[in-house]
Amino acid sequence: MITKIPIGGAAEQLVAFVGTYLKPLVITFIWITLSLNGAFFWLFQSLPAPAWIIGVAIVAWRFAGPGIAIFGLLGLGLLWNQGLWGATAQTLSLVLTGTLMSLVVAIPLGIAMAESRVVNSVMAPILDFLQTMPRFVYLIPAVAILGLDVAPAVFATMTLAVPPPTRLTAVGIGQVDPRMVEAAEAFGSTRWQILAKIKLPLAFSAIMLGVNQCLMMSLSMVIIASLIGAGGLGAEILKAISEVKAGRGLVAGIGVVVLAILIDRITKGAAARLTRRWGRDTVMQQA
Amino acid sequence: MEFPPIPLESWIDAAIAWLVVRGGPIFDVIGKTLSTLELLLRDALRGLPPYVMIPLLVAFPLFKRRFRTAALLLAALLLIWNLELWREAMQTVSLVLIAAGLSLGIAVPLGILAAESRLARSIIEPVLDYMQTTPAFVYLIPAVLFFGVGTVPGILATMAFALPPPIRATSLGIAEVDPQIVEAAVAFGSSRRQLLLKIKLPLALPYIWVGVNQCIMMSLSMVVIASLIGATGLGTRVVEGLSQFDIGKGVEAGVAVVAVAIALDRLFAAGGGKDGSKPAM
Amino acid sequence: MPEPAVECRHVWKIFGDKAREAFAAIAREGLGKDEVAKRFGCVIGVADASFAIEVGEIFCIMGLSGSGKSTLVRHINRLIEPTSGHVLIHGEDINAKSANELRRLRAEKIGMVFQHMALFPHRSVRDNVAYGLEVRGMDRKRRWAMAAEKLALVRLAGWESRYPHELSGGMQQRVGLARALAADPDILLMDEPFSALDPLIRRQLQDEFIALAGVVKKTTLFITHDLDEAIRLGHRIAIMRDGRLIQMGPPEDIVLHPADDYVAEFVKGISRLKFLTAEKVMDPWSPAAGASSVSLADCTRVRLEADVASVIALAAQSEKTIVVVDGENRPVGIVTPRGLLRAIQASAG
Repeated sequence: MITKIPIGGAAEQLVAFVGTYLKPLVITFIWITLSLNGAFFWLFQSLPAPAWIIGVAIVAWRFAGPGIAIFGLLGLGLLWNQGLWGATAQTLSLVLTGTLMSLVVAIPLGIAMAESRVVNSVMAPILDFLQTMPRFVYLIPAVAILGLDVAPAVFATMTLAVPPPTRLTAVGIGQVDPRMVEAAEAFGSTRWQILAKIKLPLAFSAIMLGVNQCLMMSLSMVIIASLIGAGGLGAEILKAISEVKAGRGLVAGIGVVVLAILIDRITKGAAARLTRRWGRDTVMQQA
Repeated sequence: MEFPPIPLESWIDAAIAWLVVRGGPIFDVIGKTLSTLELLLRDALRGLPPYVMIPLLVAFPLFKRRFRTAALLLAALLLIWNLELWREAMQTVSLVLIAAGLSLGIAVPLGILAAESRLARSIIEPVLDYMQTTPAFVYLIPAVLFFGVGTVPGILATMAFALPPPIRATSLGIAEVDPQIVEAAVAFGSSRRQLLLKIKLPLALPYIWVGVNQCIMMSLSMVVIASLIGATGLGTRVVEGLSQFDIGKGVEAGVAVVAVAIALDRLFAAGGGKDGSKPAM
Repeated sequence: MPEPAVECRHVWKIFGDKAREAFAAIAREGLGKDEVAKRFGCVIGVADASFAIEVGEIFCIMGLSGSGKSTLVRHINRLIEPTSGHVLIHGEDINAKSANELRRLRAEKIGMVFQHMALFPHRSVRDNVAYGLEVRGMDRKRRWAMAAEKLALVRLAGWESRYPHELSGGMQQRVGLARALAADPDILLMDEPFSALDPLIRRQLQDEFIALAGVVKKTTLFITHDLDEAIRLGHRIAIMRDGRLIQMGPPEDIVLHPADDYVAEFVKGISRLKFLTAEKVMDPWSPAAGASSVSLADCTRVRLEADVASVIALAAQSEKTIVVVDGENRPVGIVTPRGLLRAIQASAG
């Protein structure tokens, strides 16, 4: 047998290289994630839990109907009651940070894929690869480059949560009726105007589905990222598992499921509702 | 105003204690069966040395004249061998195959049921919705509660996690069968059973294959995570790498996981087409 | 002679990767469409189309699906680039224009109406109509005012804040028309605007369009697959087949003197009575032929150029003798029942 390929050594060197030469980049990323996460967490702490719970229930009622509203009221109420509100707020802050940063990457990338054949042919296999990899693997480079805590959690989240909205944005734009584009062209639109006024609004529901998936992926990954020091409900579960505290673990687990269902139903409901009105007020409308 | 916490934790603890005591024999049987199965398969996979296994596996796509697939498969397998992670990889694969196999054993009949009976569908659909919204990690909790730590809870958590896609794929595949073909089969006097076995299932096969492929890939994803609760294999190495901050070790294990993913994907993609719709996980 | 509003000079459009080679081969060897398809894998969309549309004229291009008429109309605002040939708008070659100039031309000078309406579903009726103004950068107040004005013109005042899906097909196409008119363009391109509508609504919209055309007087290129529609609306008609314009002229020319069997087959179903004048069916006025027995005061008078359909209507209404008069109201002929029957017989043939 030939000698072992020094993948491990190479990886260590790469990490050392990044740590030395791309330090500003790494530090900027850490700074952004910490600030965003901190801001979201502050937001959650700025109002008492009942206010948030009732607020979520109202939003759920508006977008997803009374059933989900009651579910949210009871589910979040239970989390608060069980002394898990702080952990919930931590998890949600991480999810929102991860989602926001993923979308900032994914939506422009999706647009670029839809508009440029070159970008598409480069990105499609990369996205394929990212989506076949078992999600656990993403933790390794995250930890190697960014250490522990919030930043690697967000980075790992992004690797999992960027592909779906990227794809859906590209598909959504690609599926816009060419007759709409032709009509817009016939009235003298520039390429940007066609994108902003016709394609993006018409791709709105696909993009919203991407946002939904991005949130779900973020939640899934944020929980796993408790392994690398991300706090919140995942950390509670991990602790409960290692201390064999069945009840504690299950309650935290129920909490995660409650969050998952609320996020999923509310975002799907919102997408349906906004596109029913054709999303006129929410989408980019420049004067 | 604050409610006193509902003593949910102690209720759950009590309930589980009760269940474990009363249901002890059942859990024992399940546990024994699974661990025996796993042990057998693991030994079988490890029994053959890599230089025998690799040619055997690569022969499959070669036989079908899929040269690119064969090359990719060969590269992935050689890489695992080269990284000296063959034993761990085989352990992971044996967990994946057991979990995915049992999962499919449940999923395909359920998928048929969901396609054939409206009542079954109205029950199965929302359950699948909830299962697919539930993050992977959460599946570990009940598994640990009832089976402690080890390979058995790992397999069970994986089975649960990998169940929804093949159910959906099977039922979708059957539902998509052209009604005109069904009508023709009925016109020639097929019974419902014949219709299912001779017409619908064969025509739904491409879909079912996609479900099989997804089931296997999701099983792999989960088996690696399940190393947290003692399902040993490549995942254990990843966790060790993470906790010891040994980047080289972690990355090598991670690369091996990716290689296993590619190998399994290629081996089981043979029957189906390209996987079109990834489930919302 | 004033400059035509729109002119096409030897426009060719060939689709396919080898369009240039195919065109060269056509020019050299005069290949037919089958050979072009076989040798180059190319499809001929438009073959050597030349025509000019005068200012204010309604010019109809009539052809079956696949004849290339929709391809041809898209050359006028350069949604499609010709393989060869020139398109001139008010004498200027639009293929020489920069992207910017072209956009201005589209936004200001050429309005277009589409077969499938192509209204933007995510925009209100008002914002659909104002779209062309919006992309030109007009401020909201002005463009909304102009949109409201055009919507009133197509009798849709009060529907401004509705969405397209809330409107019936006929109303949607009126919005499409208002959108095309919003910028007060000189030229209207109408690509089978009424084809997707059911016959009753289609008829109604045709009438409305005729009335509207009398008011706005735009130079119009109207594409249709319906010869009746072309005859109703067009000042001139061109018949298109396999990418070629095979006959061009006023409606009566097309109907009365089809250029070939293909056109003849089309016009077979069209009643010719509309195109026959009283002059063609009358017997000459000769006092000798018993004309003296007719008291002129007791007659119905029609002009020489009155169409036979209306003469038949008059004859059906009363027993009175029908006398044909010239510009100075002098009797020049008499319409007999026999003459009318001859005309009907001829038109049916």
